[in-house]
Amino acid sequence: MDKKVAVELKNISKFFGDVVANNKINLEIYKGEILSVLGENGCGKTTLMNMIAGIYFPDEGKVYVDGEEVVIRSPKDAFSYHIGMVHQHFKLVDIFSAVDNIILGEKMPEYSIKEEAKKILDGDTDKDFKVRAKKYLKVAGLPFVKVWKWMKFNYLSKARIKKIQSIADRYGFDIDLNKKIYEMSVSEKQTVEIIKVLYRNADILILDEPTAVLTPQEIDKLFAVLRKMREDGKSIVIITHKLNEVMAISDRVAVLRKGEHIATVETSETNEKQLTEMMVGKKIDLNIDRAEPKNSEDRLVVAHLTMSNHDGIKVLDDVSFTARSGEILGIAGIAGSGQKELLESIAGLNKLSEGEIFYYNPYKNNEEVDLRSKTPIQIRDLGVKLSFVPEDRLGMGLVGNMDIVSNMMLRSYQKGKTMFLNRKDPKSLADTIVEELQVSTPGTSTPVRNLSGGNVQKVLVGREIAAAPTVLMAAYPVRGLDINSSYTIYNLLNAQKEKGVAVIFVGEDLDVLMELCDRIMVVCAGKVTGIVDGRTAKKEEIGLLMTKTDFGADKEEEKENNDD
Amino acid sequence: MTKHETHKKEPLMHISKRMDMKKWQAWLIRLGAFAIALIVCGIVSSILKPGSFGKFYAYLFKGVFGTPRRIWLLLQNIAMLLCVALAVTPAFKMKFWNIGAEGQVLMGALMCALCMFYMGGKAANGVIVLVCFIASMAMGAIWAVIPALFKAQWNTNETLFTLMMNYVAMNLVRFCVNKWSTNGSGVLGILHYGWMPSIGKYTYLLNIIIVAVLTVLLWVYLRFSKHGYELTVVGESTNTARYIGINIKKVIIRTMILSGVICGIAGFLLVSGTSHTVNANLADGRGFTAILVSWLAHFNPAAMALTSSLVVFLDQGSTFAGDSFRLGGSFSDIITGIFFFFIIASEFFINYKVKFRAISKKKEKALAEAVAVATVEVTEEEVR
Repeated sequence: MDKKVAVELKNISKFFGDVVANNKINLEIYKGEILSVLGENGCGKTTLMNMIAGIYFPDEGKVYVDGEEVVIRSPKDAFSYHIGMVHQHFKLVDIFSAVDNIILGEKMPEYSIKEEAKKILDGDTDKDFKVRAKKYLKVAGLPFVKVWKWMKFNYLSKARIKKIQSIADRYGFDIDLNKKIYEMSVSEKQTVEIIKVLYRNADILILDEPTAVLTPQEIDKLFAVLRKMREDGKSIVIITHKLNEVMAISDRVAVLRKGEHIATVETSETNEKQLTEMMVGKKIDLNIDRAEPKNSEDRLVVAHLTMSNHDGIKVLDDVSFTARSGEILGIAGIAGSGQKELLESIAGLNKLSEGEIFYYNPYKNNEEVDLRSKTPIQIRDLGVKLSFVPEDRLGMGLVGNMDIVSNMMLRSYQKGKTMFLNRKDPKSLADTIVEELQVSTPGTSTPVRNLSGGNVQKVLVGREIAAAPTVLMAAYPVRGLDINSSYTIYNLLNAQKEKGVAVIFVGEDLDVLMELCDRIMVVCAGKVTGIVDGRTAKKEEIGLLMTKTDFGADKEEEKENNDD
Repeated sequence: MTKHETHKKEPLMHISKRMDMKKWQAWLIRLGAFAIALIVCGIVSSILKPGSFGKFYAYLFKGVFGTPRRIWLLLQNIAMLLCVALAVTPAFKMKFWNIGAEGQVLMGALMCALCMFYMGGKAANGVIVLVCFIASMAMGAIWAVIPALFKAQWNTNETLFTLMMNYVAMNLVRFCVNKWSTNGSGVLGILHYGWMPSIGKYTYLLNIIIVAVLTVLLWVYLRFSKHGYELTVVGESTNTARYIGINIKKVIIRTMILSGVICGIAGFLLVSGTSHTVNANLADGRGFTAILVSWLAHFNPAAMALTSSLVVFLDQGSTFAGDSFRLGGSFSDIITGIFFFFIIASEFFINYKVKFRAISKKKEKALAEAVAVATVEVTEEEVR
């Protein structure tokens, strides 16, 4: 390779508590190339790039820019080494225009009166009074020059606007620079972010999931721009998990898995299948028990669920599936593919634009209950025993500042006719959960915020199971948990399954999904790309379904899967 | 690249959140802050008026406890401030930033005065008082529920809304006073009907008792009722409230009605139980001071009795000291300002700890040396 190295990472590690986010990673970014950083959720892609961009500081290892060792402590430092990052969640001021956002925080070029004066008077041996007087007059005028420069910098930003416009023209960005951010579409906002980084003279651009929010046409446009930048000699790093984009745009691919750097390969010498294998890895045996489902019957039928978010993008698109009693249905997919919205819709937290949700009540001879557009309380009043362990434990499932007893009451406090709370039952429930699930806590009056992640989750899952559900939905219930706590959760879910509960399990670790679930539904960009048997499915098969973006071809197959 | 060398150093100090503070430790810090504030106030006083260091403390206490009348005044003012603080507490606990207590109190007061003015002499005193009481509560509630409705329905900013409502209330009072005052002076004299009864010769005792009862009731409401639980959940996390199916709009409106009702009671006590007249400055900034009182007490009604006492004590004592030193009214503002600076700062040290780099580095070094020495000794012994 005759290309020059722009950035080199040597043995970079980053720990968050006990979790190893990055483990001794070596990576090189060359000048004038597009490098994809590929990996599943939580494999440490973003963490790694954040360390180059100055958001995080590496716990171990060294960073070299242009062959010299550097310390990047802040985004400002990163900019001084010409490194800029476009984050997944844009960091723009809504009520400012594009120009204002781009120049925001820029420092005025330094102008020291002392030094300017020195320059004028330097080597002053001139005896001529007139010349000297002129020089001193000039020095006396320097403060005014400074004020003028300051005013010009702050209030007359024409030159800067010109510079911004020239950057936009050079790379073919099509944007109105005076538009306010809140009036912009997502892709325009992204354009502003990229121009901002270029304006700061970045030669190394890091883009975190740039295509996640874009339409296919916008993606093509973005890629064209990126190619132009590459021709300009800039290095571009794209963090992504979409294989087809990796193949389309990048020169090299670095694959990360669970904080480890697996390999970096030339895109031309690899294919999607090989990349998937590297990304998901070999199947690991976890020894999670899995019993055969008994007396399965349809418990929850979801049909053609469709929902759009604020930006009008479909987050759920024609989702149909059935959850059966005595069975664990896994939901696999890249984070943000609609899992959260799906569960929240079933729980009655979202407004749907289309679709049906039916529940069959086992206590009333499988009577059909329509759950669509019902609030959580209405659902409960209909006698539907639906429990939901949300992804955001302390922000949604529990109240962090309240103690364990008060959190137990969240589901049951309305019981009874008095206007006063019954603290006795929740207290005994809290005691039971603490004892049975071995929650390590100083007592039941400790705020749950002070508990560790695993214990928080035990409290939440314990409460939801205590409601004796017939449908149990759990979103990423083992995220951030240690091995022991994770197994506690698996066992709890399995116990519910054996009790005849229809369990829906949203997970991110494919190994777990494949050992725990009876069936696995794979979602991608709000659509169901397939439902596979948990016992026979191949890991690569699921991996491909997770990243599948061409839908038309496999529609038939999908239907078949839904029918069985 | 050399200019970045400086970045390699750890920051001089860094702040981290503290979780393990025990209750008595927190109170010790608060007490310490109080003591330091007292000393600093004495110093400031002796700078402004040389030689007054000791006298300052004497006057501070004399101004508050000097005569029975002053003690009663203290208790009355504490009760009034506490009453308004009770009113804002449920809203603030719900994270509804109601800074309109001033206006809500005034509207309650105005309604009370209105009843006293127009019903005076036409009905039995007991009836008038009862009507005043109910009308005040109703008016306070109306004034409070308007911003709540807008917030619930259109998510308007409640801070601006309630603030503006204050000015509307003030000018309404001015308008009414002008209309009612017979001599054209723009000041409404004492109204002679609808006075709240007094227990024995203690004019303020009934006020104080009513507020004490209110304090207990609100404490129970916040701590033991389902409503109190709901508003706490809404305040902590609207997402959780949504998740368990709490009707957030309903809770906002209900809580603000409660808040307004208590403000109305405060207005009633100020007019019918205290001044028997109304003017635009009747609330005297209590609507704002009450926020401080409530916040410092972490929204606990029992603790609020303490914080409101502190505020009134300082105000009354330092005003007396200022007058005695002939330093004018600003003196009391300076003293109160210093006190709150220290007391609010103490909350920072309760919630966070500050670590200095130098200290930890030294410790590390010392530790490393100790380890090195120990290993050397061990190896020496092994050699032997």
